[in-house]
Amino acid sequence: MRYLPKSESERREMLDAIGAARIESLFESIPPEARLNRDLNLPPGRSEFEIMEYFKERARENAPGYQSFLGAGVYHHLRPVVADHLISRSEFYSAYTPYQPELAQGTLQAIFEFQTMICQLTGMEVANASMYDGSSALPEAVMMAARITGRSKALVSRAVHPEYRQVLATYAKHQDIKVKEFGWNNESGAAELPEADAKTAAIVIQSPNFFGVIENVAAAAERAHAAGALLIVVIAEPISLGLVRPPSEADIVILESQGFGIPPSYGGPYAGVIATREQFVRQMPGRLAGQTVDTEGRRGFCLTLSTREQHIRREKATSNICTNQSLFMLMATIFMTLYGKRGMRDLAARNVSQSHYVSGQLALRFSGPHFNEFVVKASAKKNKALLKKKVIGGLELKRFYPELKDCLLVCVTEAQPKWALDALLETYAADAVEAHGS
Amino acid sequence: MVRKVREHISQNEGLIFERSSAGKYAYQLPEAQVPEIDPAAALGADAVRPEIPDFPEVSEVEVVRHFTRLSTWNYGIDHGMYPLGSCTMKYNAKINEYVARLEGIAGEHPYQPEALAQGCLKIMKLLQDYLIEITGMDAITLQPAAGAHGELTGCLLIRAYLQSQGNPRTKILIPDSAHGTNPATAVIAGYEVEAIRSNSKGCLDLEALHNAVSEDVAALMVTNPNTLGIFEENIAKAAEILHAKGAQLYMDGANMNALVAMARPGDFGVDVMHLNLHKTFSTPHGGGGPGAGPVAVKKHLEPFLPVPVVEDDGKGGWKLNHKRKQSIGRVRAYVGNFGVLVRALAYTMANGRDGLRQTTLDAVLNSNYIRAKLADLYDLAYSGPTLHECVFNDKRQLTSGVRTGDIAKRLIDYGFHPYTVSFPLIAAGAMMIEPTETESKEELDLFIAAMRDIAGECATQPELVKNAPQSTRVTRMDEVAAARKPVLRWKSH
Repeated sequence: MRYLPKSESERREMLDAIGAARIESLFESIPPEARLNRDLNLPPGRSEFEIMEYFKERARENAPGYQSFLGAGVYHHLRPVVADHLISRSEFYSAYTPYQPELAQGTLQAIFEFQTMICQLTGMEVANASMYDGSSALPEAVMMAARITGRSKALVSRAVHPEYRQVLATYAKHQDIKVKEFGWNNESGAAELPEADAKTAAIVIQSPNFFGVIENVAAAAERAHAAGALLIVVIAEPISLGLVRPPSEADIVILESQGFGIPPSYGGPYAGVIATREQFVRQMPGRLAGQTVDTEGRRGFCLTLSTREQHIRREKATSNICTNQSLFMLMATIFMTLYGKRGMRDLAARNVSQSHYVSGQLALRFSGPHFNEFVVKASAKKNKALLKKKVIGGLELKRFYPELKDCLLVCVTEAQPKWALDALLETYAADAVEAHGS
Repeated sequence: MVRKVREHISQNEGLIFERSSAGKYAYQLPEAQVPEIDPAAALGADAVRPEIPDFPEVSEVEVVRHFTRLSTWNYGIDHGMYPLGSCTMKYNAKINEYVARLEGIAGEHPYQPEALAQGCLKIMKLLQDYLIEITGMDAITLQPAAGAHGELTGCLLIRAYLQSQGNPRTKILIPDSAHGTNPATAVIAGYEVEAIRSNSKGCLDLEALHNAVSEDVAALMVTNPNTLGIFEENIAKAAEILHAKGAQLYMDGANMNALVAMARPGDFGVDVMHLNLHKTFSTPHGGGGPGAGPVAVKKHLEPFLPVPVVEDDGKGGWKLNHKRKQSIGRVRAYVGNFGVLVRALAYTMANGRDGLRQTTLDAVLNSNYIRAKLADLYDLAYSGPTLHECVFNDKRQLTSGVRTGDIAKRLIDYGFHPYTVSFPLIAAGAMMIEPTETESKEELDLFIAAMRDIAGECATQPELVKNAPQSTRVTRMDEVAAARKPVLRWKSH
């Protein structure tokens, strides 16, 4: 009970002030039949050292010390020590949502800087202070497009992250939004753009797409705009924006920030973000920090346009989101600041060099230009052999795409050492040659 | 007299963009181990961007100073009491941060083979078991990323269940004292919202409920204890009324810090509920997130839980089952905010059964102590017994023109974060105070003294209170101007 800062005599004094005999008597408003009349069936409290030991044991049952070529929306990048150090300041991590700006200028200014950097990177005009993650930002963006256009159909590329599409399906079902999926070019792996019609609220693509292929955003925008629909672009690997042309032609961009130095942590917490054009800002979900002045005329920041949000608008809000992912938005901001203008490009270029070194020596399923991920024709059995070398191979695509059996989605970033690249090449090569011949 | 704080200098710091100077940087990549290639050649010249306009160019020292200075402008729980009602701002134990960062925890990829993720799956399973025992429910999903996300998951579970019974129904009932997320969520889940007025005690009005429940009603969403800190004494009867018409009882678990080890929602008729791990289970609020909003259900809702679920693999280990026919689907990619789950488990282990019980006792003791010590100067919004939080109003102070928001701002000068202002909506001029269990008597006494001094100031120097805070880096922000002409990003020109 080391987190409880009270002695028995203090509790006694407090009870006297209240006029109660025992603390338990303060619970008499709970009807007896609703009370728990036994101890919880849980172990006794553990010391810090026992807790540390428990989690270290669990960590050993995972894959510490392995090299991994998994990507698919979650990327292994080198994580600058400075970023974790700074978000470990409890002024940041133990603070609440900055509803009281006089006591939260630190968080608010960081949000404002994040919003700015996301705009600079994506070519959008406004960005919010984060969503839960990329996957849940997708239905939010589609609902936003539906509100803006007054239409109810979304045309979604099957080369968008399959789990993002599953989340969209869960939400869309109850919003009267029809989701129609479209495929990819069997050669290039890029989306085969569909025709939008007068019912289409948005076309949704991902770039680089789930197979790592860079999409033609301008062409997709043209296709959407010709029918009066919006273009939503999903960016699951934000490091790509250091080098790849920004999706400026899009109307809404959804970005997953995990790649900006946020640890994979078996699936979260990460930080999604929605960016868009200024004209759509009032239809955007999520918190926004804005610049203003205090009563003395000094520059400061506060949360703004909150009449979009649930705590003001209740059932008429743009979204039900409240808590977001502020701390990991901060981590992404620090990461982007550390790399800066030159580093974002260098880092992206290093990803290209490393990944193309590997992809150039293997038989690829798709010919489209790729950033740091690509699809290799190789049997999943090869991954078993790699595991013996403490290397986790690419993702078996059969899991999401039955038609892509014997295809592995491989991600090579700046983070894998040369020996691991060579181990992967050596193991996959034999299969690749076979596949090439067939 | 202000006793908790003294003014001290803080560093000025502009926007990071204003610090930039061309050519500065704060990184170094490892030596190249493969030949470097020309990106334009590899990706095609059309696919490559020009340089990122106005992106920061600063050194490592400047990055560190920048964010350190920013951090000093914040107030965190490590500074002191954070009496935000309904937010449960309690101490965030440091061991939780340590274990969440272990190699083998933080570095794990959600798609790595299950044989190499047994540690993660065991952590999830153990947390599930503990939360099921604490809530008295039958099954749980850890996938939702926050409270509102949990609410949505819960509403979708109800919809799927009712659909399986033949009719998903059209309406969700929500008391007028509820959090704004409740009605917003119901709409996202495709339901209409019908507000139920509270009775004179600020509680669920059984008669109003009785009249509202019909074959069209899918569920009642209720927070218990409610946003006034009052336990809904008729909760079991409400469950009966709902169940008699085939409707479900959803409990918003935002205030679970009042109940852990003392009462279990599963024992008083709740069908589905969410927990806010970033409240009751002490995971850090992070300046607005991340959270985690696990949803616990009774047996009949279990088949509909989001995929994947952690299951016994029949070989002495654990696996994720992605294939469940009746599932509502996914509400989020991967398994959820795993790093938050790790912290919540560490908290639960540290407390154990006795610690959790004493935690709840102390949370309620602290709140009632504040209530007893302030009730002579501030009016209670409702007079019934309260648990972990208490709600006063500004009726008396309003006679000198001072509002709850002013008193909240004045608290800042006394070294405290404000309480929750103007909520719940059923209490005009509400001041909602939740100290949590991790405040010492000394800190509570300082808070009480501050509130008492401010009550005096309201009468004698109302302008002082209305112009608070005066001791902060910035004074009150022009929020009207911010919204009227939004400036949402920095521009170089």
